[in-house]
Amino acid sequence: MRGYLPDFDVRVPASLGEALELMAQAPGSYTPLAGGTDLMVVYNAGRLKPTHFLDLSRLAELRGTEEDATSLRFGALTTFTELRECRAVHQHFPNLVKSARATGALAIQNRGTLAGNIANASPAADTPPSLLAYGAELALVSPRGLRRVAYDQFHQGYKRLDMAADELLARIIVPKPLGRGFHYFRKVGTRQAQAISKTCLAAYARIEDGCVAELRIGLGSVAPAPVRARNAEAALLGKPLASLPVAAAREALLADMSPIDDIRATAHYRSVVTRNLLGQMLRELANA
Amino acid sequence: MAECIDLNLKVNGTEYRASVHPFARLLDVLREDLRLTGTKEGCGEGECGACTVLLNGRVVNSCLVPAVQAQGAEVVTVEGLAEGENLSSLQAAFLTHNGAQCGFCTPGMLLSATDLINRCPNPSDDEIRDGLAGNLCRCTGYAKILDAVHSAAEREAAR
Repeated sequence: MRGYLPDFDVRVPASLGEALELMAQAPGSYTPLAGGTDLMVVYNAGRLKPTHFLDLSRLAELRGTEEDATSLRFGALTTFTELRECRAVHQHFPNLVKSARATGALAIQNRGTLAGNIANASPAADTPPSLLAYGAELALVSPRGLRRVAYDQFHQGYKRLDMAADELLARIIVPKPLGRGFHYFRKVGTRQAQAISKTCLAAYARIEDGCVAELRIGLGSVAPAPVRARNAEAALLGKPLASLPVAAAREALLADMSPIDDIRATAHYRSVVTRNLLGQMLRELANA
Repeated sequence: MAECIDLNLKVNGTEYRASVHPFARLLDVLREDLRLTGTKEGCGEGECGACTVLLNGRVVNSCLVPAVQAQGAEVVTVEGLAEGENLSSLQAAFLTHNGAQCGFCTPGMLLSATDLINRCPNPSDDEIRDGLAGNLCRCTGYAKILDAVHSAAEREAAR
């Protein structure tokens, strides 16, 4: 059942520079390891291919949260617990607090990291819909330098990322919403804790003169990767809160999803319930 | 391929040293190398919480922690909760309120509850449910565990 221990080697670099050097020497042969809450599960199930791990968990360069006037910059190793405990996250990004709370339970939240949640690239991860809703950006680092990529361009298919073999995810940058904002997050799982989502919808809207001036909707578990609901967004952008085109937006959402049947839910269930989440979000938005 | 490492751990206040594979699970190091078998293995995938221990003061699933990441750490297991023959308030409350039936989830449940009361001395029902959300019990239906945690928290507050 479990993996065969001698197949798994672990290197513990003393600095980010050393980690990048090791990866550059043998691109693609190291598996970055942070909180281990995804990789160890696969290892315990005996489904992890023999590999060299690169233990990033002690790299101070990847820790900590920096705040400036326009954004929060999360170190790659920021844990779900740190998100839950950070006052600035509560103030600016309530959806991220809800995402962190919805991830596993406390023992997972103490170990699992924001960058791991992104780079593991599960379509069912709980922080990506919120990061999409807030227009997050990623900072990738390699011996060639630093590169920034919009998070909504990062996932290119099932477990396919815009990340080279010698790159590491260093920071997650989330711009602070300006003006009058509306935040919505809801995950649907079998139970409150320790459930993997059947569907998840996070949204952020900026309201100006009674209209939807800005809107981003992130979806989880309804496509090969976390996705923006661009068709639904387009149906709603600029519309007055007093007469939101709910039916048209629900219809448009169908083109944003490509749900499948799996052990957690059917494609039909996901399609119906995700549209219902959008309906609930729009009822709350109309009263915002 | 990988060579063993000399792992230094402080478990329940005692220094231990063990030669282990760097990717060995903390759970197995505790149970097999240190013979501290109070910590249980349930699911082996971070769902059930039977293997919960405190690592540097935070609850973790010891089945998901590779030994190399526990190097130099302080660990508290269920064996470290009582002082000699004297049970901790929580352990005593679990006995009084029948918070344990088959007992398999109990070590992990006690560690999560200990952590909860440390962080949150007077927890509400919701706070207890959040603190124990990662510990599954198939026997009690949780009501008696909630009673035990409330009672222990009150006893601690009165001290």
